[in-house]
Amino acid sequence: MAALAPFSTFFRWLRRNLVVIAGLLTLGYLLLPNVVVTVFSFNKPKGRFNYSWQEFSTDAWKDPCGVADMCGSLSLSLQIAFWATLGATVLGTMIAFALVRYRFRARGAVSSLIFLPMAMPEVVMAASLLTLFLNMGAQLGFWTVLIAHIMFCLSFVVTAVKARVMSMDPRLEQAAQDLYAGPVQTFLRVTLPIAAPGIAAGALLAFALSFDDFIITNFNAGSTVTFPMFVWGSAQRGTPVQINVIGTAMFLIAVLLVVAGMVVGKRRAKKSL
Amino acid sequence: MTTLTKAAPPEADEPPARPPRRRGRLVPYWLLLPGILWLLVFFALPLIYQASTSVQTGSLEEGYKVTWHFATYWDALGDYWPQFLRSVIYAGAATVLCLLLGYPLAYLIAFRAGRWRNLILVLVIAPFFTSFLIRTLAWKTILADGGPVVGALNSLHLLDVTNWLGATDGDRVLATPLAVVCGLTYNFLPFMILPLYTSLERIDGRLHEAAGDLYARPFTTFRKVTFPLSMPGVVSGTLLTFIPAAGDYVNADLLGSTDTRMVGNVIQTQFLRILDYPTAAALSFILMAAILLMVTFYIRKSGTEDLV
Repeated sequence: MAALAPFSTFFRWLRRNLVVIAGLLTLGYLLLPNVVVTVFSFNKPKGRFNYSWQEFSTDAWKDPCGVADMCGSLSLSLQIAFWATLGATVLGTMIAFALVRYRFRARGAVSSLIFLPMAMPEVVMAASLLTLFLNMGAQLGFWTVLIAHIMFCLSFVVTAVKARVMSMDPRLEQAAQDLYAGPVQTFLRVTLPIAAPGIAAGALLAFALSFDDFIITNFNAGSTVTFPMFVWGSAQRGTPVQINVIGTAMFLIAVLLVVAGMVVGKRRAKKSL
Repeated sequence: MTTLTKAAPPEADEPPARPPRRRGRLVPYWLLLPGILWLLVFFALPLIYQASTSVQTGSLEEGYKVTWHFATYWDALGDYWPQFLRSVIYAGAATVLCLLLGYPLAYLIAFRAGRWRNLILVLVIAPFFTSFLIRTLAWKTILADGGPVVGALNSLHLLDVTNWLGATDGDRVLATPLAVVCGLTYNFLPFMILPLYTSLERIDGRLHEAAGDLYARPFTTFRKVTFPLSMPGVVSGTLLTFIPAAGDYVNADLLGSTDTRMVGNVIQTQFLRILDYPTAAALSFILMAAILLMVTFYIRKSGTEDLV
């Protein structure tokens, strides 16, 4: 019996931490492709495809734009994501304020119009938008992609901003007005700073969604090639290692940005105490 | 007493009451106008155009005309019902797997992570910033023939089980239904974890203590307290996973074969390669209607469970 004691303590430990172990395994599943992308950014493939490990090399990191058209598509995606974020954030914030702060007719209809784009398969939206553009005789390209991206990012911004504005105490604005702040002053110095985290979250989400979108872009881009479309094409023609370099860099930048944001937030919270 | 009455300010000096605000009744409409117009023109109107396209006949050369040709719907359903069925099965399997895999992680972040909470949340969201196409292509490497995953499944004799289920094919995982479901599960997992986490985080920890005080075992606490209270997260997570998964064609294209084509693949091919717009439009509408039906049914069902 004594020999079995370590086993039983091990099993007891296992049972107590089952959730933690299962959760960490899921986290591993989520991050496994990122690990593979990072490792294969240091690969030196023999053929056109970068799917099997050959030998270590830093060539791709030294020359990230060494593939024809890749960095062009990357900068195009960044531009589209920037303008789409700006458009969707401005329009979405306005809608969110109207929905939370005012009672008006057609409120239910507006809410369902906001909800529907999130509840519809992307391929349906993509195909129907293409039908519209074809019927209007619109030239497919930068503008049609931008229009589409603002459209599908809008709902997500509204949801993010709404959540923040809803949890905001309206008495703060009343207090500002009691202290003789005008409506513009109240908005700029009280309302906007409080709503800012929600707006920032919505903007970040819009940027990520727009930058990463493939399905809607694929339908409405014509011959314009965004970064996801370049990756899609390369999956058929042969994937250059540089794609993994960009993927790794994007992951690292995202982590760094969020960590930096958290540090700044913590410092600011300490200061205000 | 006299000093007090003297100290009271004279009434006449008070500033006049502000007039009730009259303007501002149109403000919400001005706030809504640009965004709603955008959605009406580029979301609602296209759906109407698509509805009209689905009942048109004609050819690309001579142009299409609305002839109320509803037979397109029947033909599309007759030709592509296997792909529809496959979409529902794959998306359903991926949703169940997402729930099973995502729940422990969401629970871990909400209750057990402590000071690691923010870091784990970042690690859940950060992969979003690496293009999902790049990450899906990475699965090609992971699931490759003769790779570690195939080897592990083989030595555990799990491959025999999946072969028997028809999810894999011999010694291969790539280009089989299992690979597609694995990719779908992976791609939509964060959409399950985040709503689950939000609803779990709202649960008052004292309820767990109370359950423990009443001699509930951990599993009973979970079954009777935690899980029912997390139902809103389960419902929205399931919807956020199932709907996009059912319309996806990227995973089936990159990780599957011609035998794993889903509705999304058919719509994409019809629209962009064959240029058969009426059939593609009809297929999109059937997909949309099917999803709306299932979602309404599901919300009703889960809604009543919530009340009980």
